[in-house]
Amino acid sequence: MNTTSETSVPKIRLKGVHKSFGAKNVLAGINLDIAKGESVVVIGGSGTGKSVLIKCIIGILQPDSGFIAVNGEDVTHVPANARDAVNRKFGMLFQGGALFDSLPVWENVAFGLMQREHLSRAQAKERAVETLAKVGLAPDVGELSPAELSGGMQKRVGLARAIAGEPEIVFFDEPTTGLDPIMGDVINDLIISCVKQQGITALSITHDMHSARKIGDRITMLYQGKLIWDGAARDIDHAGNPFVDQFVHGNAEGPIKMQARR
Amino acid sequence: MHFLGLIGSVVLAFLAHIGRLTLFTATALSHCLRPPIYFRLIGRQMIDIGYYSLPVVGLTAIFSGMVLALQSYTGFARFAAGSENAIANVVVVSLTRELGPVLAGLMVAGRIGASMAAEIGTMRVTEQLDALTALSTNPFKYLVVPRLVAGTLMLPALVLIADIIGVFGGFVVSVYKLGFNPAAYITNSYDFMQPLDVISGLVKAGVFGFTIALMGCYAGYHSKGGAQGVGAATTNAVVSSSILILTFNYIITELFFGT
Repeated sequence: MNTTSETSVPKIRLKGVHKSFGAKNVLAGINLDIAKGESVVVIGGSGTGKSVLIKCIIGILQPDSGFIAVNGEDVTHVPANARDAVNRKFGMLFQGGALFDSLPVWENVAFGLMQREHLSRAQAKERAVETLAKVGLAPDVGELSPAELSGGMQKRVGLARAIAGEPEIVFFDEPTTGLDPIMGDVINDLIISCVKQQGITALSITHDMHSARKIGDRITMLYQGKLIWDGAARDIDHAGNPFVDQFVHGNAEGPIKMQARR
Repeated sequence: MHFLGLIGSVVLAFLAHIGRLTLFTATALSHCLRPPIYFRLIGRQMIDIGYYSLPVVGLTAIFSGMVLALQSYTGFARFAAGSENAIANVVVVSLTRELGPVLAGLMVAGRIGASMAAEIGTMRVTEQLDALTALSTNPFKYLVVPRLVAGTLMLPALVLIADIIGVFGGFVVSVYKLGFNPAAYITNSYDFMQPLDVISGLVKAGVFGFTIALMGCYAGYHSKGGAQGVGAATTNAVVSSSILILTFNYIITELFFGT
């Protein structure tokens, strides 16, 4: 594993990351540094490879080429048996929640605690109830099955699961998709409070611009496999990039064309 | 040329499928031998596969035993007078060697193989498998290994019970419908049965249990798309495990009893 000096080490570094599926080049040389405690949001249209980017970092997908480092350690091709140690640093909120429907809510939240930290069920349940309280859910919700929860509650439980193990880095995949505007904003506030309180580094992907502006310190845009713009969240509305301007304002006319599938 | 190309692509797809299945099996087996082992999940799967399959396997076995006795009686009556006395022998050998393991295997493939493929397939398309990886949990260890172990252990137990119930079914028809002497029927069954009859059936059951779980997990793990993909995975699991059960049945029979 390559390690660089502690002071200059970004929490996450991607250099020249490529990923293709057949002939489709989804990531075409991604370069991205995320500093410790920073909240970076990747925006981009549907199907542009935002989720693939996160899955490459977590190790669910293997990049075809390039370099991914976490805390300065090269994790690009970590074997499966060593991957668990790397993923202990991570938490992730999945787009659809991805809650385990065979387990009650509290076991979903405590899953990582029992697997990674080998807490007893009683200890893990106690921690799960505490974490559910952080996302505004009552202890009795812990006894419910995920199927009994609304979309907003599922997102909260997903968020609780993501932060329960006090990770160093949390990934948010479309955290507000499918929620009404008020619930979406509640989730945004929860993300901000959880990330700031725990000093977590966050990488979010979304096409919800309200959410991106609110939860991001920095925003970068993914288009045709490359990050075409990167800047402070406050600058997104006057980015000076026609692609970003079109996306931010949601205009049908502009340089971004909806591609017909061939 | 186009026709040859089509054949070539089908053959390549088939070989790729065999390669994926081989890799999947090797990975699953390697995880069976390495800690952590989730005993709680193995126990839960054993209850699911063993206990909850008992009614369907039991019903299949009892009616198979009853039909076998009835058919043997009417069939033997055509050949020679007195050959009906061999009914007890036919029932016990047929059930322990063939019908017990094969019918139990096919019923469990329909019940358990389908549910495994549907459950794991749904987990695949709803990103629950990705969530397991993100939570430092290997999906093979958490999902595949418990099912493989439970399938391999529980099907022999089910088949043993099915053998007993099936023989009982034959006994009921022979004694209460055909008027056989109960003591003679039981003595005939016991005397004629060889340990190898039961052992071969149990070996078959172990192989079938492993096959059902493997194909269920494999189909679910590689399912794609949404509901349609999960549906296709479920169908594939049941069809492929049923065909493999019949194939392995012949191979194991040949190994045990082939001349």
